[in-house]
Amino acid sequence: MTPSALAPLATGQPNPVATRNAYGDALVELGGERDDIFVLDADLSGSTKTKAFGQAYPDRFLNLGVAEANMIGTAAGLAAQGKTVFASSFAMFAAGKAWEQIRQSVCVPELSVKVCATHAGLTVGEDGKSHQMLEDITLMRVLPKMRVLVPADAVEARLAIRAAAATPGPFYVRLSRAATPVVLSEDYEFVLGRGALLREGKDLAIIACGVEVAQALAAATRLAADGIEARVINMASIDPIDAEMILDAAAECGAILTAEEHQIRGGLGDAVAQVLARNLPCPLEMVGLDDSFGQSGTAEELLAFYGLDATGIAARARDLLQRKA
Amino acid sequence: MALSSERRSELQGIATQVRRDILTMVHAAGCGHPGGPLGMADFMTVLFCEHLRLDPTCLHAPDRDRFILSNGHTCAGYYSLLAIKGIIPREELVRFRKFGSPLQGHPHRNPDLGIDFSTGSLGNGVSVATGMAIAARANGWDSQIYCTSSDGESEEGQIWEAATSAAHYGVGNLTVLVDFNDVQIDGHMHDVMNVRDLAQKYEAFGWHAVRIDGHDLDAVDDALHEAKAERYRPSAIICRTVIGKGVSFMEDQPGWHGVAPNDEQYAQAMAELGETAAS
Repeated sequence: MTPSALAPLATGQPNPVATRNAYGDALVELGGERDDIFVLDADLSGSTKTKAFGQAYPDRFLNLGVAEANMIGTAAGLAAQGKTVFASSFAMFAAGKAWEQIRQSVCVPELSVKVCATHAGLTVGEDGKSHQMLEDITLMRVLPKMRVLVPADAVEARLAIRAAAATPGPFYVRLSRAATPVVLSEDYEFVLGRGALLREGKDLAIIACGVEVAQALAAATRLAADGIEARVINMASIDPIDAEMILDAAAECGAILTAEEHQIRGGLGDAVAQVLARNLPCPLEMVGLDDSFGQSGTAEELLAFYGLDATGIAARARDLLQRKA
Repeated sequence: MALSSERRSELQGIATQVRRDILTMVHAAGCGHPGGPLGMADFMTVLFCEHLRLDPTCLHAPDRDRFILSNGHTCAGYYSLLAIKGIIPREELVRFRKFGSPLQGHPHRNPDLGIDFSTGSLGNGVSVATGMAIAARANGWDSQIYCTSSDGESEEGQIWEAATSAAHYGVGNLTVLVDFNDVQIDGHMHDVMNVRDLAQKYEAFGWHAVRIDGHDLDAVDDALHEAKAERYRPSAIICRTVIGKGVSFMEDQPGWHGVAPNDEQYAQAMAELGETAAS
């Protein structure tokens, strides 16, 4: 895929789907294809959508109860015996409570444990700050050997899960609770380590991941109404990241705005900033949370309040353009 | 099943060799943890030489037994036994903890050296061993998963998460040997944080649990046979040991948890072990 090739977008108005649902479907699909796939959960299988796999393949499903550290350790033991293991909980508990076990028992021995964490970010909504995991990309991308994927929609979530299953070693896949727009068409191809160009533009580039991709596309439409042409890049593969696509955007657009449902410290924005600072510095702004936790509310209310919706992204884009030489 | 007097005497000799190796390795490294593995040497010798199916002929067999040293800091004795079993080259032992050696300060998984898992952070091993046991059973393998732990490590909450799930999933092919020496880094375990009766605790969690003298080779052998016979419950063998066992000035001394002997102390310790070996 060259930077000039646009990824195929969904046409019409597909019904919104949560990426966790696509995850559950992908597991059942994989379970039928491969008998080395095990799925583990920590008493949230209805919410993480691993339950369907458990019903289809009960001999390869383990519910470890409310004990995430032990779930990751158990996953590591299964993987050390040759299994490919998907381990799920809410992002808060998978990446937060079990970080040390993910480091010591999964990443150090480089085992095929795929931590698939749902209910990430603000769009968890009403459960509030205790459940709105906004630090997991940071915690996972800092780990050696760990690959970090944040799919934009249900189409990409399925492909990301299949890529994780097909690639040996540790993965972290970040998934959402809320039904979100389907952005990509069914013939979209996901490539590990590659971004996807969704909209061409030369005034600035918006690099987004997860639920922010749909918001970035909507922001680009609004900016276009004012004659601002924003390139939109979906960077689902945060580690490994597509440095080439980032640097092309910097060279051709001269200004970059990142957007993520996450703290700006250590997340996608930070990963993009590292690529730029070491190669081709250019004006950069980051949409995300800045030294703040979330709060209860609907997903829409929260994205708007923290400036993560299309309106917020478009406003930050206009600010950024002021800095462009 | 019982050990013959000849075999018992052979195992005593091997345990002494393990103790001598531990001291030589930690002395050569200039740092490390001599006390714990000296205390574990007797039950580890019986496990490795009488029970654990791990030798050069089956090293890469997927269905062989597995071993996890969850109290990873005690790895000097583990590496010594892997050398005694002909898997780790003996000359590598003195490179323990040195730059470039596969014998890391805490074990790092290495399929070619029979090191089945990476450990060092206390609390993690029993969960991993449970996963290995579940996988072995799912594959229809007639293999045993062994894991060592300790009284100090039992202060970690994850141990009890694993104890709950191992019993829930009924992994009869899992045996945990707990080195109970009543010593942890900051002092005697009963002063720092008393974990009390671990056999009772494991039993309450649904395990087969026994309390033995961890220096009594016959008791260890019997307990391991019993554990293997358990079909539906994981087993915990609480081994009462003395930290630093075999070296008079190290016995029951918390200070010897993580300090290397100086030249004089090393010579004295080796002399004491030489006498033991000859007796």
